[in-house]
Amino acid sequence: MTQSAPQPPRDETILSIEGLTKRFGGVTAVDDVSFNVKRNELLGVIGPNGSGKTTLVNLITGFLQPSAGRVTLKGQDITGGPPYRTADLGLARTFQMVKPFYQLPAFKNVVVALFSPRVKRLAGGAYGDRDAVAKDLLEEVGFERDSWVINKQASVLPHGYLKRLELARCLALRPEVLVLDELFSGLSLAEVASLVPVIEKLMVQGMTIIMVEHRLKELFRIANRVLVLNFGQKIAEGVPAEVMAQPKVRGAYLGSESED
Amino acid sequence: MAAQDTSKQVTRRRERLDRGIKVRSEDIYALNSWREALYLLAPRALPVVALVLLQLLAPEYWQRVLISTTVFALLAISWDLAASSGMVCLGQALFFGVGAYLAGIMNHYLGLPPGLTLPLATLGGGVICTVLLLPVLRLRGIYFAMFTLILPLMIERIIEATKVFGGTEGLSGLTPFSHPLWESFLTMTALWVALFGLRRIMASDYGLVLKGINDNDRAVMSAALNIYRYKAQALFLASATGAFAGAFMTHSYRFVGMPVFALDYSILPIASAAVGGLGTLAGPALGAFILVPLSEMLRGLGGLRIVIYAVLLVVFTVGLPEGVFHYLRRKYTQFERWTEVGK
Repeated sequence: MTQSAPQPPRDETILSIEGLTKRFGGVTAVDDVSFNVKRNELLGVIGPNGSGKTTLVNLITGFLQPSAGRVTLKGQDITGGPPYRTADLGLARTFQMVKPFYQLPAFKNVVVALFSPRVKRLAGGAYGDRDAVAKDLLEEVGFERDSWVINKQASVLPHGYLKRLELARCLALRPEVLVLDELFSGLSLAEVASLVPVIEKLMVQGMTIIMVEHRLKELFRIANRVLVLNFGQKIAEGVPAEVMAQPKVRGAYLGSESED
Repeated sequence: MAAQDTSKQVTRRRERLDRGIKVRSEDIYALNSWREALYLLAPRALPVVALVLLQLLAPEYWQRVLISTTVFALLAISWDLAASSGMVCLGQALFFGVGAYLAGIMNHYLGLPPGLTLPLATLGGGVICTVLLLPVLRLRGIYFAMFTLILPLMIERIIEATKVFGGTEGLSGLTPFSHPLWESFLTMTALWVALFGLRRIMASDYGLVLKGINDNDRAVMSAALNIYRYKAQALFLASATGAFAGAFMTHSYRFVGMPVFALDYSILPIASAAVGGLGTLAGPALGAFILVPLSEMLRGLGGLRIVIYAVLLVVFTVGLPEGVFHYLRRKYTQFERWTEVGK
């Protein structure tokens, strides 16, 4: 069951979430959620549909203004964005509903991200050949380099490639924290199996990753720690196997607790 | 031949193949024959030469039409640039009118010659329009469009109510251009600078960001790019282009008044873009060169003019929904042939 144990994360807290709350009118989508993410850790965020996972991602990455709470990245307050500032400070995200630039060729999608001031800063002021870097990045996430696919307009790419494109656009920023919002959703088993090594490689390179996932089996193989949301509240946090053994987590998934 | 095929019930489809250039590596064309050079140059040089010849050879009335056509083409380019960056405007009259009034004011009150009013009104118009629209840059689609529709109408009423800048009378007796030829070549130069310059910008990586904003602004934000900065810059380029058109017309007519904020200046650029093809800058310019002379030709028809004009507009947009420019470009760059699809 448990495969080769992931490397023990270093102890420095890179991202800290304190009392994050979001109310939409009368509905509290995210309710007083707090947690810390350590450097080079892979944290899974799971929970049933509508439990507030994507809202949480939007709050962390600055796409939504929280009603209360604080988000701190490396000691810097990034609560409420704006999203481009959050990304500029090194926290990149993918979207669950893929958001490619449909009218652009696949590799040009990545070039847009390579154009950002962050990339220029990290490269020491020189951009270099963005087209070539974009193609390298696409190859890294599983595009076949010599095929015509990287030149294809994003609007004709299949879903699996669009998910990879999302990931490549994030990696272009050379982020320190990566938030993957249901990267595996809508992918075949084979596609997920080919993406897992990509993520494992990122972990080896020292990336910190938050993965919001529904595909628990695949997630548990790579996650150091998981956090369970239900009705916007954090109901459990810990090592995958232990968390899933808890009755309230099983209840949340099987719907025995407060199903209407 | 075709009859035989249908009897055998063979499905056929049209196959399109890129004509392409033989030697092409990345973005550098390695031209090794005059034919390849001509293939690239002809579609760019032909309109330039044709316009110069028309301007020199056409009768005086049509020379005037050509000048106003060029001005509308500039407005259409301005519209398309903003639209390609995710800002659909319904008020090109705002850019046009602000530029027109700025030139008029500078000429009438300060006595500046056209050589100064034109560049100043172009830059000033760009700045003023961008600042006016800054508060609504966050709005998207129809909400942004509504705001741009209202602004010129509002300014028009303000001028009428407060009687500033000549009120309903406008400012007349302004300095004309020294020579008609200079006038026509100035518009043409402006058109080619705007068209080729802005096309070059849109083809660069900077242009990619603008296109990305049009496609999906949230994805651009997540790529650590401040979309409002880029939108403001694109808006400045678009409104400066429109403002130049307005400033030019002020000196061409030797008059500026409330009509410069009229709806015509907002609607014709959109119609031109619809006819010519969106997103290429050249398409809307081509559209203006079809629509404005067409409307002049129909002038003799009296009351039915608008009806026929409208019917032709429908024919264009239904017959060639992709736009004339996209259609021509496709025919130019691709082979087409019928191939049989096995059933």
